[in-house]
Amino acid sequence: MSDPTMSSMVTTPRAEQPTAPGATAPTDAGLPENQQADKPRGLLGDAWRDLRRKPLFWISSFFIVLFLVMAAFPSLFTSADPDYGTLSRSRVGPSADAWFGYDVQGRDVYARVIYGARASIMVAVLSTLGTVLIGGLVGVIAGFRGGWFDAVLSRIADIFFGLPFVLGAIVILFTFNPPGANRGEFEIIMLVVASLILLSWPVSMRIMRSSVLATKEADYIVAARALGASNLRIVFKHLIPNCLAPLLVYSTILVGSFIGAEATLSFLGVGLQSPVVSWGVMINESQNYIRVSLYLLLFPAAFLVTAVLSFVMLGEAVREALDPKMR
Amino acid sequence: MRVSKRARLVATTAAVALVAAGCSGGGDSDTDNAGGDTANGAITIDGTQPEVGLVPASTTETGGGKIIDFMWTGLVTYPNDGSAPKNAVAESIKTTDSKVYTIALKQGTKFHDGTEVKAKNFVDAWNWAAYSPNGAQNSSFFSDIAGFTDVNTPDPDDDGPKKAPEPKAKTMSGLKVVDDYNFTVTLATPFSIFPTKLGYSAYMPLPDVFFTQKPEEFGKKPIGNGPVKFVSWTDNVEIKLTRFDEYTLDDKVKIKDVTVKMYQEDTAAYADLQSGNLDFQQQIPVSALAGDKWKTDLGDRALNVPIPSTGIIAFPIYDARFKNADLRRAVSLAINRQEITDKIFFGARTPADSWANPLTPGNQKGNCTVCKFDPEGAKAALAKAGGFTGEMVLYYNADASHKEWMEAVAQSVKNVLGINIRAEGIPTFAVFRQGINAKQMKGPYRAGWQQDYPDVENWIGPLYVTGGSSNDGSYSNPQVDALYKEGTASTDVEAAHAKFAEAVKLIDQDVPTIPVYFSNQQSGTSDKVKNVNTSNVGEIDLSSVEIA
Amino acid sequence: MGRYIVRRLLQLVPVFIGTTFLIYWLVWSVPGDPFAGKCGDRPCPDNYIQVMTEKFNLDQPLYVQYFTYMQNLLQGDFGETFGGRSINDLIAAAYPNTIKLAFVALAVEALIGLTAGVLTGLRRNGFLDNLVLVSTLFLIALPTFVTGFFLQYLFGVQWGIIKPTVSNPPSFTELLIPGFVLGSVSMAYVARLARTSIAENRSADYVRTAIAKGLPMRRVVGVHLLRNSLIPVITYLGTDLGALMGGAIVTEGIFGINGIGREVYRAIVTKEGATVVSIVVILVLVYLVMNLLVDMLYALLDPRIRYE
Repeated sequence: MSDPTMSSMVTTPRAEQPTAPGATAPTDAGLPENQQADKPRGLLGDAWRDLRRKPLFWISSFFIVLFLVMAAFPSLFTSADPDYGTLSRSRVGPSADAWFGYDVQGRDVYARVIYGARASIMVAVLSTLGTVLIGGLVGVIAGFRGGWFDAVLSRIADIFFGLPFVLGAIVILFTFNPPGANRGEFEIIMLVVASLILLSWPVSMRIMRSSVLATKEADYIVAARALGASNLRIVFKHLIPNCLAPLLVYSTILVGSFIGAEATLSFLGVGLQSPVVSWGVMINESQNYIRVSLYLLLFPAAFLVTAVLSFVMLGEAVREALDPKMR
Repeated sequence: MRVSKRARLVATTAAVALVAAGCSGGGDSDTDNAGGDTANGAITIDGTQPEVGLVPASTTETGGGKIIDFMWTGLVTYPNDGSAPKNAVAESIKTTDSKVYTIALKQGTKFHDGTEVKAKNFVDAWNWAAYSPNGAQNSSFFSDIAGFTDVNTPDPDDDGPKKAPEPKAKTMSGLKVVDDYNFTVTLATPFSIFPTKLGYSAYMPLPDVFFTQKPEEFGKKPIGNGPVKFVSWTDNVEIKLTRFDEYTLDDKVKIKDVTVKMYQEDTAAYADLQSGNLDFQQQIPVSALAGDKWKTDLGDRALNVPIPSTGIIAFPIYDARFKNADLRRAVSLAINRQEITDKIFFGARTPADSWANPLTPGNQKGNCTVCKFDPEGAKAALAKAGGFTGEMVLYYNADASHKEWMEAVAQSVKNVLGINIRAEGIPTFAVFRQGINAKQMKGPYRAGWQQDYPDVENWIGPLYVTGGSSNDGSYSNPQVDALYKEGTASTDVEAAHAKFAEAVKLIDQDVPTIPVYFSNQQSGTSDKVKNVNTSNVGEIDLSSVEIA
Repeated sequence: MGRYIVRRLLQLVPVFIGTTFLIYWLVWSVPGDPFAGKCGDRPCPDNYIQVMTEKFNLDQPLYVQYFTYMQNLLQGDFGETFGGRSINDLIAAAYPNTIKLAFVALAVEALIGLTAGVLTGLRRNGFLDNLVLVSTLFLIALPTFVTGFFLQYLFGVQWGIIKPTVSNPPSFTELLIPGFVLGSVSMAYVARLARTSIAENRSADYVRTAIAKGLPMRRVVGVHLLRNSLIPVITYLGTDLGALMGGAIVTEGIFGINGIGREVYRAIVTKEGATVVSIVVILVLVYLVMNLLVDMLYALLDPRIRYE
């Protein structure tokens, strides 16, 4: 039951949304006339038209494709064995032989960064997708249905929130991957992804819920409902596209956090184990040598930043294309 | 989390080595009036939060052990230079048959509460520690004494639902108080090394007041008989100690106050050391050892001290794949120890070349013939063993810094033998030890051994004799067992060492474990203090410290 | 609104029970025997294990242990650690420090993040925008131990501006650098979320109207634009306070802050159920209260949002 004094206290103008939703394609409303001229297109079609013209989109896509190729076929980029090392070249700095130098075990840092793309990108992208899908979906339901539904879902989220990352990760990963189980690389990656999703979906849920709460009373939603649109249609056609921005922004940065989180798990001895290498693990391994061999930290960190930057930029481009308010 | 086994009873044969020149201690050692006000001096040293209350018989870890070493003085002490133990509270320890020992105490030594240290304080303390319902972690140290089995009953079904029966007696029959200053100890069997053990913290005396209160209460405000007494303890922050002015023995401290500041990270302590907020750090962090940065950071305030501890890789011999001694020899010969100590430990540790630590009396230098790096010999041994199929995984506990050297070992073996081998971390020391205790390890694993008392016997009995307390790999060689028994039964130390040397020769053939490196400790001091020495186990020797 | 708050507070009860049980169960399922690693490289004596097992009811089934714990808890007794330390004392000593640190971190992150977000949101794709993006992402890529190490080394050792480790209890000024280190990981989120919202609402009609009415830019941004753009940021910050408190272990270690991070970690790996549950339950309460506050703020910031 809302307190009537509450709204009267607040005197600032309401956030008006772009006005005049059309009956057939409300989200096209903000578009210039010439774009609406030819055949009616869906949201995605518009977005694609918009995207194609953005250099930012192409640059970031190029990098992401590059990283994906690197993850799939690392041997295209280097002929060195990322796993072979000999202590005689321990911490030998960058040179013509090894562009990024050798790590403390005498392994080729360039080769390891290339091979590290697979685990890092896979874990980060899959975990982010999972977090966004689950968190986003739960957030939409909680925000849209409200009341009893919202209470239950939000409190479940609170409980998952409260779990310490280390505790949850140790228990989950150790239960499914005890030492000596000798699971394959892919299986462990999937386990890591699953535990990261399980332990981090509540934030996405809260963010999505907050946007839904703010948006669901907007005029165009009210209008759509008045026109007899089904809940499902309202949610998918109107609510989600208009609420996606904060979650998208959050999730692209989350890619970077997950790369680090994966390394924490390896460091605790429950994540990926050598010879599987990842950027996060390389960054962690550099910990003791930052005063003498800073490059051991900088090269994997640079790859990580570039990758996250690409995802953030791509997310930015996609969001601008998808978001009717930004046209 | 760092889980370190506490150094026990260690006497060293090497003196404390000061790395830097100009620290020779000669020149301006006019200690009475040179420099600062030592008599009112206060210093801060690093430490960690003790895991349990400060009761000597219950403490097995370094955080609390250090405080106990400061606060208590035992019957004997171990000189810093590693020479034979000297009598401290004991006036004399006499025996004719290595079975019955008569111990006389010095008169007039006092506990911090002012009561005198008497024979019954030792006897009561030992009986308390040995009595199994008291649950003292160090209770097994008293197992040599006659009547131990009457006061200490093991769990009949090893961890199951059945409870251990109530012990038959409350006191050990082997302990007899003669008068205030004399008591006798009768051992179950003759054991000539017994007096050497008596400097270990488990054997410390307890004041009468201990027996009138709960041990936990005592542990929060402990009363010892050492050169410094307890002032206060703020959990996770600091423990404050101050000079005990009524202390009468030789190792009086010259400074007044000692604050043990507790750190979670050694890098934090190091930052404090560099900026003058900390006067002594026992172990410099790896990040400062890299590239010898600590020597340039600290200059003549850097100390390098050998400690009697060896890094070992043990084989699970109960696993059929590791039953073949030639395979084990091949792995050992394929490890380039020199390179590992140079590159991974930056020369801060030394390659192992003997089965006991070089600081241990009775150790024969270089008696580990499989400790050399011999790629050809390794390949030949592997061929003789019929090769190795499948993957060999080396295990370590991931909650301490073992990853680098274990990976380097795996890599060295891989490069030489060409077998499929890698290192894998197990999340916690508890899980790691559980696997070892249950004999379920699926590959060789890291072990570390820090001697309990300064004799080569301590490097054989617990580790390589059938049923030894730390013979986790189930190694068993009847000839080794027999030689060991002959050694311990002899009353002459030289004869005993000769027998042990023979046993080691057999162990060397069987390669049940692989010694990899000998430890050293790198410490640092602030410029506020001078003449800082470290004890036989690497702790700061408070009696040496003066204010510069 | 009042009834809504009461209802939300009542929901604390099931969440409290659910969380305590879930965490108790999780700790209980952490692999390892708590006493396997207590005595160094050799097994602990039987008698020690026995005494401890009896004292902490470890041989009882999970639910019995849990109910014993809850019973004591309802009487205000959190129990004690395996080391014999009262958990009440431990919480009283460590929690205030962690809360202080988390609030400083939150303030630093909100201040820097919001400023950067507003500035970049108003002028997108400029030099500043890219600089903020790259530098905040770099802070994400660098693990806390690196940021902490560098700042401690520069400010504490090299320049001597701060003491490398804090005193106990730490003062707010001492916590500025640790707070920055802790908050640095989240700065990118705050900055980007603020930037996006600002940019989105920049072209909204009410902003145009406000500008057209001749309101000064400062007022337009400060009152109209910021207020309507804050919801995602506030949501994130609300969730982050708890995350900062629970995730401060590395920062606490580097700067010697006597907080809960190390205790939780220690208790998890040694399977000290009572310690973990007691500390985490308070964390969960903080989450719940923060989320309630944030939900209240929604209604303040955006009057269309109502709770019934």
